[in-house]
Amino acid sequence: MPRVRDIEDGRWEREFPLRSVIRDDGSADPADVALPDDQAVDLFRWMVLSREVDERMVQLQRQGRIAFYIGAIGEEATVLGTVAGMEQRDWLFPSYREHAGALFRGMPLVTFVCDLLGNAGDRMLGHQMPCHEAWAAGRFVSISAPIATQVPQAVGAAWAARIRGDDMVALTWFGEGATSANDFHTGANFAGVHKIPVLMVCRNNGWAISVPRELQTASETIAQKAIAYGIHGERVDGNDLLAVHAATRRARARASAGQGPTLLECVTYRVEGHSTSDDPRAYRGAEEVDAWKARDPILRLGRYLSWKKLVSPEEVEGFRVEARERVRRAVEEAEAFAAKPALETLFEGVYAEPLWQQREQLEELRAAVAADPRVANPR
Amino acid sequence: MPTMNIIQAVNDALRLEMRRDRDVVVLGEDVGKFGGVFRASQGLQEEFGKDRVIDTPLAESGVIGTAIGMALYGLKPVPEIQFADFIFPAMDQILSEVAKYRYRSGGQYTCPMVIRTPYGGGIRGGHYHSQSPEAHFIHTAGLKVVVPSNPHDAKGLLTSAIRDPDPVLFFEPKRVYRAAKGEVPEGEVLVPIGKAKVTREGRHVTLIAWGAMWHEADQAAREAAALGIEAEVLDLRSLQPLDVDAIVASVLKTGRAVVVHEAPRTCGFGAEIAALIQERCFLSLEAPVTRVTGFDTPFPYTLESEYLPRAPRILKAIREVVAF
Repeated sequence: MPRVRDIEDGRWEREFPLRSVIRDDGSADPADVALPDDQAVDLFRWMVLSREVDERMVQLQRQGRIAFYIGAIGEEATVLGTVAGMEQRDWLFPSYREHAGALFRGMPLVTFVCDLLGNAGDRMLGHQMPCHEAWAAGRFVSISAPIATQVPQAVGAAWAARIRGDDMVALTWFGEGATSANDFHTGANFAGVHKIPVLMVCRNNGWAISVPRELQTASETIAQKAIAYGIHGERVDGNDLLAVHAATRRARARASAGQGPTLLECVTYRVEGHSTSDDPRAYRGAEEVDAWKARDPILRLGRYLSWKKLVSPEEVEGFRVEARERVRRAVEEAEAFAAKPALETLFEGVYAEPLWQQREQLEELRAAVAADPRVANPR
Repeated sequence: MPTMNIIQAVNDALRLEMRRDRDVVVLGEDVGKFGGVFRASQGLQEEFGKDRVIDTPLAESGVIGTAIGMALYGLKPVPEIQFADFIFPAMDQILSEVAKYRYRSGGQYTCPMVIRTPYGGGIRGGHYHSQSPEAHFIHTAGLKVVVPSNPHDAKGLLTSAIRDPDPVLFFEPKRVYRAAKGEVPEGEVLVPIGKAKVTREGRHVTLIAWGAMWHEADQAAREAAALGIEAEVLDLRSLQPLDVDAIVASVLKTGRAVVVHEAPRTCGFGAEIAALIQERCFLSLEAPVTRVTGFDTPFPYTLESEYLPRAPRILKAIREVVAF
């Protein structure tokens, strides 16, 4: 089965054409470009940082310094193109690969690393495994692992904003695997019926752990699923930042104007494994991965920037060095925190105020630790 | 003071809270134009409009999922699940999401809401219109679980639940929806969540019940009185938070406890209550803590009277523990 299609001639592929802006040589039709040059450079730097974070965190996991990591290598244009296309006041409902979205919305890198470490600097108090961050100051909503649960939640938040008369469009990200889950269907259906201002972004990266997209759905495209919900669907080259950004702006404008939700399919590719817990060589061939690596979204935007003479190769290298240094410093600062949050944080935030059970159990745990310190470190 | 049944009391509480707080919204299947299949939201859409009393598509995970988004944004949703038996499609949203938002985000996000749902048997509804799934929710940290037995408490507890900062499962005893009538004050009524009520004092045995089964326990206590047994009856009203102090105070006095619930016995909430009593009242017990419950079967249709822990079975248990 070809997984990089150069000729798209299926009925639904024609109906929902794969929109792109940046050509292979880096050139683009000025009429298609909506992103100002300075923002294009800025987003390029964000993509470089995102890549650097992902690569470095995988290393830390391999070294045993963090327990787990799941990133977005190869999908940076999809994540950053969408978040950059929204307004600051818009709420984001992530799945678990959109860490660049949290950073873009102001989450300090050191805080992000503390969350990965689950240490005393963890904003989530060590309550969540790595890569399940929340950053309320940036309206980046808390991540959970169950698939597609965030979709109806995004619909609800956008609905609430409309009830209050606020111009807020909610965005939710999910993978193509999530389109098999009931909450994708439920969310799209609720949004369609009530014309909710929500943008449903499918990061179609081809793989759900080891299951290829062809085994998720018999639909030729994900975007065509919009038809059944009576909503707008669009398909865009997810490795083309300019195309993703432009599509996001269009969808946001429609939602804001009361024209309802959009299902935006971003066709991209998961270049690495699902997470640090799997080795993709067990289920897919190198040719496919190599073909997609040649379509790398950072190289793609880089070619555009050099075609427009916005950055020199030296400047690009400078961005990399700068990103590497930022990550190095963040890791150093994060690792300086105590390895664990205080004992009582285990019982904090279950309810607004602890019930007698949490109070009693904290005392029980304190006594157990006092009696035998191995309770905290069994081995 | 007006006399109301539980449905009217629920409706009254919803109406008053919606008048008081513009952020309160009601959503669910058939709750809008029709006013709910049990009519609990009757007249609300006329008064508050379609924006605040919402007829949703028929998908429980969507009802709760969208309610979460509303709550995160700052509204106070009161979603209705038409029957507690149909809450299971929403379990992922309730257990994985509603219950954990505050904890998993380090307090950055909360989603307080009141999930109202009619529960319980005795209406010839078979196992998809009769179950009592409260234990699933009590077992999940982060949720509160409230079960009124009468109209006054239904109004007062629902009002408190809507103002509560945590998500609340509000189970309404549908068998006595209309049968349980009582005086309910006009205007604001607040019953604190987490406080049980001693509805009958006695010194020989403590009966612990909630919701529709409180009526059976009360009936059994009256019959026991005729036999010279003074049973104390405790209406728990709130299962999480649990008023363990009220349970302990009563059992220390009587030395005997009978726990009554409709749900199946194994891993029912009665098991937790029995464990708490033996942990805290061990040296005062005169008899084993006894459970009178539904059986470990799916909820039956034809033999539902036999299945439900009605007053005669409770009375039998009372006599046995007193004679132990």
